[in-house]
Amino acid sequence: MHEKILLQNQNPDRPATLEEYRASGGYGSLAQSLRGGSPGDLVAAIRDSGFHGRGGAGFPAGIKWAGVPTDEPGPRYVVANTDEMEPGAFKDRVVVESDPHQVIEGMALAGYAVSARKGFFFVRASYEHVAVLMENALEEARWAGFLGENILGSGFSFDIAVHRSAGRYICGESSAQINALQGVRPNPSKGGPHLTEQGLFGQPTLVHNVETLACVPHIVRHGAEWFKSLAASEEAEGTKLYTVSGRVSRPGCYELPNGTSLREIIFQAGGGMAQGRAFKACLPGGGSTSLLDETFLSAAMDYESLKKIGVRMGTGTVVVFDQDTCLVGAVLNLTQFFARESCGWCTPCREGLPYIRELLARIENGLGAPEYVDIIGEMADQMRHSYCAFAPGAAAPIQGLLAHFRDEVEEHLRTGGCPFNASPAGPWQEVWSSPEQERPGGEP
Amino acid sequence: MHTDDLDTHLDALVRSAETPREKAVDVMLALQRRYGYLSDEALERGSRILGLTPLELEELATFYDFIYREPVGRYVIHVCDGVVCWMHHENAVFDHLRRRLGLEHGQTSADGMFTLLPVSCIGDCHNAPSMMINGQFYGRLTPSGVDRILEEYRNKPAEPPSYG
Repeated sequence: MHEKILLQNQNPDRPATLEEYRASGGYGSLAQSLRGGSPGDLVAAIRDSGFHGRGGAGFPAGIKWAGVPTDEPGPRYVVANTDEMEPGAFKDRVVVESDPHQVIEGMALAGYAVSARKGFFFVRASYEHVAVLMENALEEARWAGFLGENILGSGFSFDIAVHRSAGRYICGESSAQINALQGVRPNPSKGGPHLTEQGLFGQPTLVHNVETLACVPHIVRHGAEWFKSLAASEEAEGTKLYTVSGRVSRPGCYELPNGTSLREIIFQAGGGMAQGRAFKACLPGGGSTSLLDETFLSAAMDYESLKKIGVRMGTGTVVVFDQDTCLVGAVLNLTQFFARESCGWCTPCREGLPYIRELLARIENGLGAPEYVDIIGEMADQMRHSYCAFAPGAAAPIQGLLAHFRDEVEEHLRTGGCPFNASPAGPWQEVWSSPEQERPGGEP
Repeated sequence: MHTDDLDTHLDALVRSAETPREKAVDVMLALQRRYGYLSDEALERGSRILGLTPLELEELATFYDFIYREPVGRYVIHVCDGVVCWMHHENAVFDHLRRRLGLEHGQTSADGMFTLLPVSCIGDCHNAPSMMINGQFYGRLTPSGVDRILEEYRNKPAEPPSYG
């Protein structure tokens, strides 16, 4: 059993209470920092840990913190990004559902480090229960004196507001999220100063993924060396929340040493393939990462190790496909998602994705032509000419399909349609595949 | 709750923010709960509260998929069509609901009870196939399970409108 850090207080059916969090050392890092540490010490601690943000880009959090100018009057802001709309991702939900106070403490520490007074917890519409849970935890934290004016008598004041969203994948992109918070149309912005210099209301703003913020109190308490020692690979630090879903026998969210191999994540934590299923492919980090074949199973799942082999880890949320699942169909589904969710601001994404979707749909339905394959590849490559990283992210599974599963695409072209028949699913899905099993009557 | 109480509540909400339009989504969600959907009247009322033109608020209203600019049923069924649910026969869930309710995508049942809509990945992948009804997740769906859930909602007493 691996040591759990972020999920150490996890209960099967309820979030950890404030008392349980405190009993595990919770809010100790905040108290310690406010009593004796300077904001500069905090920035140094995070920078020295080599801590990569857990949101998808893997940007070093310490560099982000150090990039916030604190010599101007401010105000400055901290934003917890809980928009998590990546297909296959549900780890941030698990963080808050398990131990909401560790996110609050992480935000307060980040606030202290960059001299911010206000934080926003930006949460997607379908996580309404998470929003409510967080509001309750915030109220508890205020009562206990960990939020609000003059926290623990230190003179530092910080509070957090929950900002509910109403859908749309683009709101998870940090510059679009800043627009959403301001109540303007959530388009991403390109170029110009970093959000750390000019973010919310034109002021310096730290935007972090929830898992990133949850790690902060632990790094502050136990130090950079300890945090590095938790990882499974030289390149990585800390533990990582990996989710496994798809055709595995134990889908779920697992906290493992950062840099654990894909094989271990899928075949040990995730319980291996569901009965009667064989591994064919996976997305290592949600819908906007490349489709990978079994030759990648030994890869260490951390940002730097994967970068070396040309793969983005994304959110570390693994989606597993079996031998009977059509990958053209899967990528068609993903492209439909990205086409629907495109905010429409940049031409390659707005126009290109529906075009690719159309070509994939023709291939899947026996109307394909061999030249489509190159057109799809070329258009996917053009996605990089967009404002935000979500457009090239949308291209990743398409490019993975063409790079590692081209024969499956070609088989569609050769046989004039999809060679996969609908097949019986896992234990609780089995019933869907045979309509004749449904009880008679009641049909229109 | 009287109309004025809702206005008072929303005015206070808007005043709590640094700039009024920050609360645009909250205001739209509250009005939507009151009116059942974001009607033209609700949109105009919201824009007055937020100090925006109706067109400015419309620009936001039509951007978000959980803001309904057309009438919806008392319960909105969002069937997840994310890639993991797709793999677990999300289509069959949709077909089953269509047959049971006699509806196509985006339609509302004649009794005003249910609206059927697809939704992008809702983050319930470990329970695929999954759907959401008025904010509540339902996972590991089976045909009989879906029937039970529909029955449960049919028998549920109507809740008084709230703006909580």
